[in-house]
Formats: sequence, structure tokens, C-alpha cells
Amino acid sequence: MAQGIKNLLGLRDLTSDEIVEILDTARSFREVLERPIKKVPTLQGTTVVNLFFESSTRTRISFELAERRLSADVVNFAASGSSVSKGETLKDTARNIEAMKTDVVVIRHSSTGAAHFLTRFLKSPVINAGDGINEHPTQGLLDMFTMREKFGDLKDLHVCIVGDIVHSRVARSNIFGLTKLGAKVAVCGPKTLIPDYLEQFDVKVFYDIDEAIQWADVLNVLRIQLEREAGGDFPSIREYRLYWGINRLRLEKAKKSIVIMHPGPINRGVELDADVADGNTSLILDQVTNGVAVRMAVLYLTGVKTS
Amino acid sequence: MKIFLKNARVIDPSGTYDGMFDIHIVDGMIQEIGTPLGGNPVNYEINLRGKFVVPGLFDMHTHLREPGQEFKEDIASGIAAAANGGFTGIAAMPNTDPVVDSADVVKYVLDRARQSGLVSVHQIAAITEGRKGERLSEMKDLAEAGAVAFSDDGSAVTNSQMMRLALEYSSMLNKPLIQHCEDRDLTKSGSANESPATIKYGLKTQHRLAEELILIRDIKLLEAFGGKYHATHISTSQSVEVVSDAKRRGLPITCDVTPHHLFLDDNILSTYDSDYKVNPPLRTREDCKALIEALKNGTADAIASDHAPHALHEKEVEFDAAPFGMIGLETTVGAVMTKLYHEKILTILEIVKLLSVNPRKILGLPIPAFGLGARAELSIIDPNYEWTVEPDKFKSKSRNTGFKGWKFKGSAVGIINGEKFYFSDRLK
Repeated sequence: MAQGIKNLLGLRDLTSDEIVEILDTARSFREVLERPIKKVPTLQGTTVVNLFFESSTRTRISFELAERRLSADVVNFAASGSSVSKGETLKDTARNIEAMKTDVVVIRHSSTGAAHFLTRFLKSPVINAGDGINEHPTQGLLDMFTMREKFGDLKDLHVCIVGDIVHSRVARSNIFGLTKLGAKVAVCGPKTLIPDYLEQFDVKVFYDIDEAIQWADVLNVLRIQLEREAGGDFPSIREYRLYWGINRLRLEKAKKSIVIMHPGPINRGVELDADVADGNTSLILDQVTNGVAVRMAVLYLTGVKTS
Repeated sequence: MKIFLKNARVIDPSGTYDGMFDIHIVDGMIQEIGTPLGGNPVNYEINLRGKFVVPGLFDMHTHLREPGQEFKEDIASGIAAAANGGFTGIAAMPNTDPVVDSADVVKYVLDRARQSGLVSVHQIAAITEGRKGERLSEMKDLAEAGAVAFSDDGSAVTNSQMMRLALEYSSMLNKPLIQHCEDRDLTKSGSANESPATIKYGLKTQHRLAEELILIRDIKLLEAFGGKYHATHISTSQSVEVVSDAKRRGLPITCDVTPHHLFLDDNILSTYDSDYKVNPPLRTREDCKALIEALKNGTADAIASDHAPHALHEKEVEFDAAPFGMIGLETTVGAVMTKLYHEKILTILEIVKLLSVNPRKILGLPIPAFGLGARAELSIIDPNYEWTVEPDKFKSKSRNTGFKGWKFKGSAVGIINGEKFYFSDRLK
């Protein structure tokens, strides 16, 4: 059976074999989700703590469902109204909770490296549910799982990530994971939202969305955080929508059908029009379903050793 | 008090003494220097065979944190760290609480430092009131009180008019302005150098131009309005070129580099360990090479530690939340001897210029001499002492060093500063 992994901090440091192992493991959990009783006893007696220092709906619920469907005991922590608002450090919060004999920690935090930081003093496996602008590895994995489901092999699949690349942990996990499995990755957006030095990852850069659409098999469309407009990273939401927003007219210009993905939550009518989000090439809800299976696989592979 | 140093390899930048000497020091003065000398009854007789005796080392960029932040460091612990690191003199930056922007605070620090007296402490005062960049500090009064230079370190003077005024006003006092070059509009919340490595690690970055633009602007201002200008902790290859060019044009500009910018690069940030979070941030390997080249060709005048103590609880946090800075008083000599002396990049004489002579020249301080009757101010360096950096053994109150775990060859093993002296247990 599976070898197990100590922590899941990011896809940057995983080998392609490890990524494939997680995705293959997720496939069997995906089947579990189709059963009338969607629960297995795998992590019975294991306690998982969800440490969410940033607000989250989808990721938090997805992790919680994954944990419960593996029969783990679940503790949820949200930073607001907690000891954090009294000035407790991340280290203290995490160690205190672990002192209550919990087994696995899932953490989302606004600082890059927060999950790595926890591994320096926790005995429990740590699963990164998003750290700053660095990585969101389970999102990357569920995106890859969804593409595999649709296309089979990822080799030479053309995936273009569209939007605010420089601030996106989803983009980074996609770039690391997809390129390791042989996909061709591009990014597209205004130059102010795309970091330099992407050539080191073999990533192609488009500033023109129509060119990107011509090139792509899949568009993974990122949420445009509305506060970025205020920060002046691009001129206006209006201009973004006009020149980078994904709409039906743009997609119809492509000669092939293009798969649409989005990590959510969507700003409908900004980065993605409603009819496209709900259209027949959209895999957005499959991503959400697969997210539970992928997180079950990750929890299984990290938590199985402790239980 | 009589101290007899035997068989010391004296490194004298003035060129008077070059070779092995015995030195008699009586009540803090050099009474006799020659070879061989007899052993009159003394309090301490130390055989220094194989060790260098150099003019007391000087660190022109330290943070003593007193007044106001004594939980990080205080004047006494800073002095102990400096002595342990081989320094007989240091200059303290003014970003304390309160800021050193009044004669009273300068006097307070200097008085407190004199109570120990083991290491000569000099104070750098703020360029602007509260380091806010809005009004000049009372520079003349500060200079009268003993300030040796002016700096808003940690917070560059970004307003060009303010910098012009500071250069013009300080030129009357013949004291240098020390600039921490950083355009804060460009750095924003970035806590790492913008480079391929940090993009890979997903860190919030700041572009190197934030440093270079202020440096280039300041050189233009210096050229137009006069004054003396020192760029501290320059960290990029372009900054080196810019300073080199200004020097070629004869401008009164000097600069220093830190051991961490010389020997650590931003690839080390893969661990997200906030001990490596410094400002300016660790740059690329190419920048390290350019800084080392700057030491060799004279573009860089001094090596300074930018000793920046922070308490464990401040640094043991997620990367974005941690304060900038690492300590350096107790690792500078080890790092320099290991990476520059033993790798034959610099001679010991060149190192002494960078760590003793030039920083004092920049600050207008006298250079310790070895002549008969001179005040004894010297450091002892064992070039072959091998040690591992263990922060728990530091005299500093803080532990935030990026050199933790490094194996060094070469260490400071003692200092004599007039009547005060310190011999490390490494002195064998």
C-alpha cells in the first residue's frame, strides 16, 4: 500500500512519483464519494485540527468533509475570536493545541512559509491549506486530478492560468505540479500581475488573452481580488474585464472547445462570465467534488502513519 | 596593571611594526615593544605565538537597543558581545526608543557605555527628528554632545529636499551622513530580494532598485550640495558600480558591506527561517561575488556587522511577521577569517583596514597605534581557531544569526582597550 508522506507543504518539493501516488490514491477515495454511505474507517481515532488563520469557505469545508469521511475526529479553529486576537503567537497556538494530543494539523495562513514553520516544532504531520502567496498544494492536486479525469494523461496538455499570478498560491502550485507531470503551462494577465523569472519553470507568458486561448486546452481562471484594484496593480476592474475577462465571445473564436476551471470563489462577470462558468466545458463543480477526494488521499497518506 | 604579550604577530597598518614582537602594556599604555623583551614581573603574561595582534577592531554599524528595547540587547550586553567578537570600538545606530535625536539621549548612551568602558561606544544620531524624515534633528547640538555621524538607519531619508538640507547642514559639521538606501515605495511589504529563487519560494519580494535608486539620487545630491556621505550595507552589484563610479569622480563617498550580504544568498530562504530575514534582503550569489570584489578593489571601505538583535519571541514567528535583522558582532571576525583570509581573498593587513582603520577614518576617529607611549587599543585574532557557531554561547542577549551551525576557522580571542581588557576562553 501507500508509502505515506510526512507533511504536505507544497508541490515544489514533491517528486512526480509522489504526486502521482497522491492522485492515484485520490481515485479510490473518489469512488467512495459515489457510495450511498460515503464514509470509511481509515482514520478512526485520529484527531485532525483545522487551523484557519485566513477566512475560507470551500477549502475549510472540503477538508472537514474529507476528515469526517475518513472517520477522523475534527477540531476547527478560526483565528477571529480566538487566542490569536489576544496576541498569542502561531507557535504557541499550534503547540498548545497539539498538547491536547491531536494528530494531524491542517493550516491556512496569510504568511508564506507558515506551514513549514510549524514543522519546526510540531510532531504532527502538517498539511498546507494555503500559505501566503506561496502554495496551495491541495488545490493544485485537485486541479490536476480533475484534468487527469478529463484528459487521462497530462503530458503535453496545454494549461493556461489566467489572472493575478504574482499573488496566487494556486498558480504556483499548479505550475509546480503540472510541469512535473509533463503538462505545458502558460500564464496570462496584465504584466503587473505576472512575476519575472517564470522562465525557470518553463512557463510561457501571454499578455493577450486571445493568444492564450488559441494556445490552451484548459484555462484555469483565477479570482481577481477586488482589493488589488485599490492597490493600483491594474487600472480598473472595468479594464480587466474588457481585456482579460473570459466570456463566450472570446471562447468562440477558438477553433476547439476549451475546458474552463476556477478555484473559486468566482467574481462572476469579472474574470469569468456566468454562462461560461456554468457552461458545458466548465469543470468547476468537478473540481469541488474532487477536492474532497484529493484531501482524503492527502490525509490518508500523512495521517495513516500516526494512527 | 601590567600585561606582557609575547611572540605576537603584529599587523600594523602604519607600517612601523611588521613581524613578531613582544609588547609590555602598563596601565593601558604601550611601555615597550620589541623583540625579544625580558619578562619583568607582570599581572598577565600571554604567549601569542601564531596569533595576530592588530589595532583594535571597529564595527561602525551596530544596534545596542538601549534605551527602550533592552529585552533585545542593552549597552552592557552589546559591549560584552563586541568584546567577545574582538571589537574595541563600535558605533551605535540611533533607532532606539526614544530615538537618539537629542543631545540628552546621546549623553545618556555615552555615559552608560563609559560605566563599562571595555569597548569604546560611539553614537550615531538621527538625521531627522524621530527618524520621521520631516525636520532636521539638532545636528550641531548632537555633534557637540559627541555624535560621530548621522543616520536614520532602518528608514532612509527618501524626501529629496530633506536629504539636500541634511547634506548641506551636516557639511558645516564635517560629519558623515550614513544612509540606509531604500525607496520604501518600491519595497512595500517585500521581505526578500526579488530573484528567481524567491519567486520559486513564494516570498513577498522587493526589487534591488529600491536600494540603487536612493543611492544614485544621493550621489547626485552629494555632487550638487556637498557633505560627506556613507552608504551602509550596500548589497547589490549595481550599488557597487555606482559607488565605484562616484569615487572615480572624486566624490566624498564611502560604503560598507556586511558579512551576511557577503556570504549568504537568497537561496537559503527556502527554509523560511526568519533569522535570514534582513534589510536590505539577502541578494543573489552574483551580488555576493560583486561585494567581495568590492572589498578587493577598494570600492567597499569597511565591513560592518549591522548587529541587529531581536528577541527569540520576535523572530520565532512566521516569516512575514518577523522583524528584519540579524546579529553579527560575535560572528564577523570568524566569517571574515574563514571566507576571506583562509580562502586567500584578502590579506590580514587588508582585513585590518576594513575592520579597524577605515571605519574610524570614515567617522573621524583616531587610529590605534603601536608606538611607545601609545594608548594600547588592540585585538588578538587566532587565525587557526576552529569553532562552530552556537548562538546559545553568545554574550549578546539575542540569538538571531544566519551563521548558526557554520564552522569557522579563525576567531577573535581577546581585546585590550586602554586599562580594560578581555581575554576569551578561546585564548590558549
